[in-house]
Amino acid sequence: MLSSASKGTTRHWSSYDSVMTGTLWIGTRKGTFTLRPDARRRTFRLAGPQFLGHIIHHIVADPRNPKIVLMAAKTGHLGPTVFRSTDRGRTWKEATQPPAFRKALEGETARAVQAVFWLTPGHASERGTWYAGTSPAGLFRSEDGGEKWESVAGFNDHPMRPQWATGFGTPGGELLHSILIDPRDLRHLYLAISAGGVFESTDAGKNWAPLNEGVEANFIPTPDPEFGHDPHCVALHPLNPDRLYQQNHCGIYRLDRPARRWQRIGTAMPKKIGDIGFPVVLDPRDPDTAWVLPMDGSTVWPRTAIEGKPAIFVTKNAGKSWRRLDKGLPRAQAWLTVLRQAMCSDAGKPLGLYFGTTNGEVWASANAGEAWRCIARHLPMIYSVTYSV
Amino acid sequence: MGCTVRIPSPLRSYTNGAASTAVNGSTVAEVLADLDRRFPGMRFRMIDEQERIRQHIRLYVNTRAATHLAEPVRAGDEVHVICALTGG
Repeated sequence: MLSSASKGTTRHWSSYDSVMTGTLWIGTRKGTFTLRPDARRRTFRLAGPQFLGHIIHHIVADPRNPKIVLMAAKTGHLGPTVFRSTDRGRTWKEATQPPAFRKALEGETARAVQAVFWLTPGHASERGTWYAGTSPAGLFRSEDGGEKWESVAGFNDHPMRPQWATGFGTPGGELLHSILIDPRDLRHLYLAISAGGVFESTDAGKNWAPLNEGVEANFIPTPDPEFGHDPHCVALHPLNPDRLYQQNHCGIYRLDRPARRWQRIGTAMPKKIGDIGFPVVLDPRDPDTAWVLPMDGSTVWPRTAIEGKPAIFVTKNAGKSWRRLDKGLPRAQAWLTVLRQAMCSDAGKPLGLYFGTTNGEVWASANAGEAWRCIARHLPMIYSVTYSV
Repeated sequence: MGCTVRIPSPLRSYTNGAASTAVNGSTVAEVLADLDRRFPGMRFRMIDEQERIRQHIRLYVNTRAATHLAEPVRAGDEVHVICALTGG
């Protein structure tokens, strides 16, 4: 299946391309869009939609070759699949073997992938390798750039998997996400399940173990459960891969390996804000700096900006303290929600930050969150915002 | 055994826009297998990896609802693929 970029938005493509510094890939409930900044990130050109009407949970460019872009897609009617581009999103081809569980044996629960939810490029040394996370929770691997996907049996058929991933999921289903690869060791992997917890493999996915000590799970009656937690987003620092940050359903955490016990760093957030949210974004140049976007986790869990006043919070000391950043954001009556894949940084200096909202707005900061402005609005519900050079 | 498959608009990206196509098969399973040979990837969008018809897909042989893939298909039959979902 092939699709071309919307022609109406590409009139001056070649001349404009010469000053581009990258691409923001926007995955929405109704298709995919791109935003391309000028060299100073002052103006952004919106292009698309491509795959209008398709549900795009994640769209990710390959840092090993940014011409390659993968997109996790389905539609309201049709089953899940992955589309691949080898020309920066101009044309797309469908995977010939999308992620799918093996056929169930007699007496087994028959699992079928309902959505491909997450995409992670493989280790820098493994060109062509990708991982995908699905709903219900499944881990899949491709070794040919996303053309054919195989089940990672070490996780999907692990004898404990039915206990780790019980189907106790989000409104969108049980989600496997935050697939992380240690840049020092391609055999060292992490993944997260909402709900289920964080899991670690040190043998390239052949075996897995829970990694949730210290994380609260106040929706489970068992005190200090080994698994069953609800990580919303987990990030590993590229310069210090021993450092992980986690935005959980029950707070913000940091883990410095080889320790196994997460430290709740969200307790340093202002009490009236709390530490509930979906995304966590790291500064690729500083392992002590991270940004979160708190959501209202009170009463019936509105999961909107707290009091209708959106704000980013930054820590520059690994979570000892946090500072509110809201310059340029709406001052009141802005009940936006930002999902776990919908916030990212770019490669600029100072660092650019971006987030997309479920009401179809994209906000940008060209100075590490100090000031914000809206660069796109009236888009469909945004699931994913990622950046590539 | 030749029959005609009516293709709904969400799947016409596979058929280059065609609303119907002629295929062979004496069961719904065989019809879908032949359809997938002609238009690779199409079957998985309708049938999951456990051989179940996806939640929002309905299949009919002429006017008869096909609830399983072993449903017989005769020469000259029409197999209708229906996308069944409402809302925004």
